[in-house]
Amino acid sequence: MEKFEILQSTAVPLPIENIDTDQIIPARFLKATSRSGFGENLFRDWRYDSNGNLKAEFVLNSARYKGQVLVAGKNFGCGSSREHAAWALYDAGFRVVISSYFADIFRGNALNNGLLPVQVSDQVLERLFKQIEKDPDAAFTIDLPAQQLRVPMWEETIPFDIDPYKKECLINGYDDIDFLVNQKEAIEAYERRRTWVY
Amino acid sequence: MGKTLFDKIWDAHVVRSIPGGQDVFYIDKHLIHEVTSPQAFEELETRGLPLYRKDQIVATADHNVPTKNQHLPIAEPLSRSQVDRLSENCAKYDIPLYGLGHPYQGIVHVIGPELGITQPGMTMVCGDSHTSTHGAFGAIAFGIGTSQVAQVMASQCLLLSRPKRMRITVDGELRPGVTAKDLILYVIAALGTGGATGYFVEYAGSAVRSLSMEGRMTVCNMSIEMGARGGMIAPDETTFAYLKGRPFAPQGEQWEKALAYWSTLYSDEDAKFEVEYRFKAASITPMITYGTNPGMGIALNAAIPSSVGASEVASFEKSLHYMGFQPGESLLGKPVDYVFIGSCTNSRIEDLRLVAKYVEGKKKASHVEAIIVPGSKQVEEQAKAEGLDKILAAAGFELREPGCSACLAMNEDKVPAGAYCVSTSNRNFEGRQGPGSRTLLASPLVAAASAVEGKIVDVTQFVS
Repeated sequence: MEKFEILQSTAVPLPIENIDTDQIIPARFLKATSRSGFGENLFRDWRYDSNGNLKAEFVLNSARYKGQVLVAGKNFGCGSSREHAAWALYDAGFRVVISSYFADIFRGNALNNGLLPVQVSDQVLERLFKQIEKDPDAAFTIDLPAQQLRVPMWEETIPFDIDPYKKECLINGYDDIDFLVNQKEAIEAYERRRTWVY
Repeated sequence: MGKTLFDKIWDAHVVRSIPGGQDVFYIDKHLIHEVTSPQAFEELETRGLPLYRKDQIVATADHNVPTKNQHLPIAEPLSRSQVDRLSENCAKYDIPLYGLGHPYQGIVHVIGPELGITQPGMTMVCGDSHTSTHGAFGAIAFGIGTSQVAQVMASQCLLLSRPKRMRITVDGELRPGVTAKDLILYVIAALGTGGATGYFVEYAGSAVRSLSMEGRMTVCNMSIEMGARGGMIAPDETTFAYLKGRPFAPQGEQWEKALAYWSTLYSDEDAKFEVEYRFKAASITPMITYGTNPGMGIALNAAIPSSVGASEVASFEKSLHYMGFQPGESLLGKPVDYVFIGSCTNSRIEDLRLVAKYVEGKKKASHVEAIIVPGSKQVEEQAKAEGLDKILAAAGFELREPGCSACLAMNEDKVPAGAYCVSTSNRNFEGRQGPGSRTLLASPLVAAASAVEGKIVDVTQFVS
């Protein structure tokens, strides 16, 4: 996993609530057996028409909005557990998703792949949408060590929460698998002390 | 203070607690399928890690499989390649695979319970959000991402923070024609798609207790649709009777020991839940969804809302535009093009029996394509043994071979763009059943009636 510390980037707004992982990457594109190449089909049915042409009205196709930060409506990533959704966002160049609520499995999948979910209040989210609309070229700063979101022209900084262990993983580029494999002795001891039937 | 059912099982599976709040959490059963496992196997190989406990893994092929001519090779090359990769990986790591052609093959969340692999008190995971289904047995069961699939393969554990606990109590008796599916669609409509995010839900109350195991699975299956990590129901005599004699259930002396343990699995009277909701069964009527998430559900004979809160306006308008509906209108009388009865929510023998009972002596409307897809080979065989196949065929329903089918459009079964499908599956997201498809979620009874009438009708007029 790539390390994440501080990112400065413009942002892409997607002010729709309950964006499910079927929209982020439809099921018909989950047939690959490796992790790469999913970015091409990110938001496939919102981004392309049925003939495979880009839809000019969709924000990812707009010349006005670009960047490594996606700002999305409440309850982002609900639905299917497919990790391909996090892979697709990352593959398409996103490193941060900001929303006022994330579905649990999506949040976990993102963190396991170096994609930082930043949860803000509904009010801050509304202000962010307005800010991006007003000034799409302004770069946000996402400072993971300080757990702060900084927006140009805003006097205050916006703090965000993250599990301390996950923060350490992202900053150092570690993941859970190394940690768990190193727990082998404790896991074997647990298996020996289990008393019930299976 | 007493413990919740969830905490009893969670505590029994903590290998160790890490300072900072996370637990090394032990997994009893790991279910895998072809879509979310290949990258996890690849991860093991890349890191040179062995598979830690092969005997605790069960594999099946379900998402990509065709539901016609399963004896032939899968025609679609990418689907075939993914299914083949699963077979290769299972052979290489010596994992039992119930793939195409095996008498146990089926949807992962259907075969676990029917084989007796799913048992009370267990922890179970699968790279599929509907793993919550297995909670119907009083297990902690939840969906995970592919990175976590690799973690479980490598260590049989996950690193997790304990979720919060929610109890949803439904008391009283369900009215005639109201099924488990209506109960859960009603609850999701009340709480919204994010209403239980961060929680594990226990379903309780007399209406839940009176459900069959299959009804309980339908309820737990859809917990994820309101954001919950999982749902669960305390095991009882219904659970034990269902499990007894199943191929992988404990036998003989082991059965007695298991029963003694399983009988301790309930929430103590003084156990505390962070959130509690109560509903009355009598308030629940047959339900249907009108929008593009499972929280957008209404009573079948009610109107689509005419307005919503300010922050939801954009989603609401986008949904109705996609579905071709207007705020405030009724769905009754709307023509239907497709009816799909199947998926890990409603593809069990009880669902097939209910549909067959309703359609016996009737005919589907000529313009409706009605497919019914059993959840497993065993369900298919049972349906044939009971003669349900003949009843369904006489009514114009096509009984297919088992698989996820038109639930998610990963295989050949798709609903065409613009077509309306009354579906017993769990998701009505945009394009879920195929690009441009329009899904209305409902119970098998509502689906069967829609197929016969060719339009959406109030089923309560047909049931006594």
